[in-house]
Amino acid sequence: MSHVAPAERVALFGGVYNNWLALEAVLADARAAGAARVFCLGDVGAFGPHPDRSIELLRAADVATVQGNYDHSVGHGLEDCQCGYSDPRDNHFAAISYDYTLRHTSEESRAWLRALPREIRTSLGASRLLLCHGSPRRTNEFLWESTTPAPFIRRLLDDADTDVVVCTHTGLPWFRFLEGEARGLVNVGAIGRPDNDGDPAVHYALLTAAPAGPPAVEIRRVEYDHEHLAREMEREGILAEFVETTRTGWWTTCLEVLPAKERARSRF
Amino acid sequence: MGVRGAPSGGSGRVDWAAGPELAFLGLDTLWIQVTGTVCNIACKHCFISCHPKNDSHPIMATEEVLRVLERARESGVRDYYFTGGEPFLHPDILHLIERTLAQGPLSILTNALLLDESICGALGRLFRASEYSLDLRVSVDGITAAENDPVRGPGTFDRILEGGRNLRVAGINPVFTVTTVHATYEANEGRLAFIDRLREHGFERPRVKFIPPFRIGREARRSGGYAPDAVLADGDLLPGEEEVLLCGSSRTVTARGVFPCPILIEEPGARLGASWEDGTRPIRLSHPACVTCHVEGFSCRT
Repeated sequence: MSHVAPAERVALFGGVYNNWLALEAVLADARAAGAARVFCLGDVGAFGPHPDRSIELLRAADVATVQGNYDHSVGHGLEDCQCGYSDPRDNHFAAISYDYTLRHTSEESRAWLRALPREIRTSLGASRLLLCHGSPRRTNEFLWESTTPAPFIRRLLDDADTDVVVCTHTGLPWFRFLEGEARGLVNVGAIGRPDNDGDPAVHYALLTAAPAGPPAVEIRRVEYDHEHLAREMEREGILAEFVETTRTGWWTTCLEVLPAKERARSRF
Repeated sequence: MGVRGAPSGGSGRVDWAAGPELAFLGLDTLWIQVTGTVCNIACKHCFISCHPKNDSHPIMATEEVLRVLERARESGVRDYYFTGGEPFLHPDILHLIERTLAQGPLSILTNALLLDESICGALGRLFRASEYSLDLRVSVDGITAAENDPVRGPGTFDRILEGGRNLRVAGINPVFTVTTVHATYEANEGRLAFIDRLREHGFERPRVKFIPPFRIGREARRSGGYAPDAVLADGDLLPGEEEVLLCGSSRTVTARGVFPCPILIEEPGARLGASWEDGTRPIRLSHPACVTCHVEGFSCRT
C-alpha cells in the first residue's frame, strides 16, 4: 500500500491496455481540467500495440499507478492475465491479447510493473479515498454497475475503512453513493478501449472535493486519434476483432463476462 | 428464519469433523431454496432428489423469505440466487423477485417448464425496472431431445427451448446450464459445438454454464455414488481456494436452516444451524462432493 498527499481535484483512469494515444490525450485533458494529481488504477497492458510506450508515458508524467492483474502477470511473467474470465470464448481472446503484451514488454518495464503497489490511499478534501484495481479485497474482482448493490458497497467501505473506493477492471465507468451519505464507489472505466456504446472515445473520472457531501464525480469523455491506433494495431498483426472495437466503439470480444444489464445494452 | 427440524436422509457415512477447514470470507452470495426440494419433474441426475412429492425441504413461506432478504440487506450481501426444486412453483415468486431486485442482482435456476409468455413478460418488466441484473439459468442436458429427455423427462427438451424463447422475446437472454452427464460436454470442443447449436435454435448470443455431475441424491443411483474414502484431507486445499469455492463466501438458506452450499442440503450433517449467525462460521470440507468442486475449481455462481 502507498499513501499520496491530499488534493482538491484528482483525475483517475484505468485500463490503459497499451493505448498510448488515448493515454496522451487523457493526461492532457486532466491537466486542462485542473487535476492536481493523476492516478492510474492498473492494467497498463493488453489489447493494443507497443506496451512499453504507455509505461514510458506513465513514468515520465510521474503518474501514481496501482498494480492491476495484467501488470502483476506481465511483471512476473505468469502464464495468463488473471483477468478472471470463466467462459471459454472470453479466455480465448484474453490469451491472444496477453501473449502479445507479454512478448513485447521490456525487462525494464516489467521490473516497474512488479514494483507497483496493490492499493493507494489518499484524500480528496475531507474524503478518504482507496484506489485499487478490481476491489479493495481482490485485484481481479469485477465490480459492475448492475451487480454491485448499495448494501454491498457499504460493507466494502466498512471493511476497507474508507469513504470512497475508486476502481476499474470492468472497463465500464459508473458510480454509486450511499443514500444520504458522502460514501460510495466510483468505477473509472478504461481508457484503453471504448466503453461498448458505439462511440470510439474513451472515459476517465475527475473527482472534485465538495464542502459537504460526496465528492463531485465527472465521467469525462476524451477523443483521441483512434484511427491512428487502429492502423498501428493492424501493422502489429493484432487481431481484427480488437481493431474493430477501436474503430467502432463496440466490444467484439470478452463479452460473456458482462452481466445481463450491461450485455443488454451491447451490440454483440 | 424459522426451522422445523433437520432434514432426514443423507449418506450417513460422512465424518463431518474431518477434512480441511475452509475460511469464511463473509457472505457475498446468498442462495435461497425458495421451493426447497419440491419440483415439477424428477431428473435422473438431480443431486438432491427433487420431486413433485419430496417436501423434505418444503416451499419457504413468503414472510420467511422476506425476513431472510432483510437480514441479507443489513449484512451487505452482493448477489442472490433462487433455486429449489423449481422456483416458479412458489405462489409468490414474482413478488419475491421484485423484492430481491430492489436490493441486489438475482439469478434464478429454473427448468423453464413454467415459463410461458405471460410470466416471461412479467420477468422482462421486472428486469427493465431494476437497476440490478436478473439472470435466468435454464437447465438443459444436451442439444437434442435424444440427449436431454432421457435425463429430464419425455418432451422436456422442446418445452425448455420454448421457455428460453419466451424469455428472449421478453428481453432476457437466458444462461443455458448443462450438467455434463454426456462426456461430449466435458471438453471445450463439445462446449463450443453446443454454443453453435444454440445459435441455430435462434439464440443469437448464446450464454452457457457447464456443471459437473455431483454423485449424490438421485445422481448416485444413476452413476454410482462416491467412494466413502474419496474425501479431502488437511493440506489438500490450494492457497486462496476460499476465493474460488462457493462455500468460501456463500451460504444456502432453506425452510430447514442454513447450509454451506446448495448441493449438500439433504445431508443432515452439513446443516450449520437455524440462525443466520450459525452460517457465518468456517466449515470443514468433509463430504466426497467437496472433492468435485475442489478438483474442477467449480463454483455454482452464474
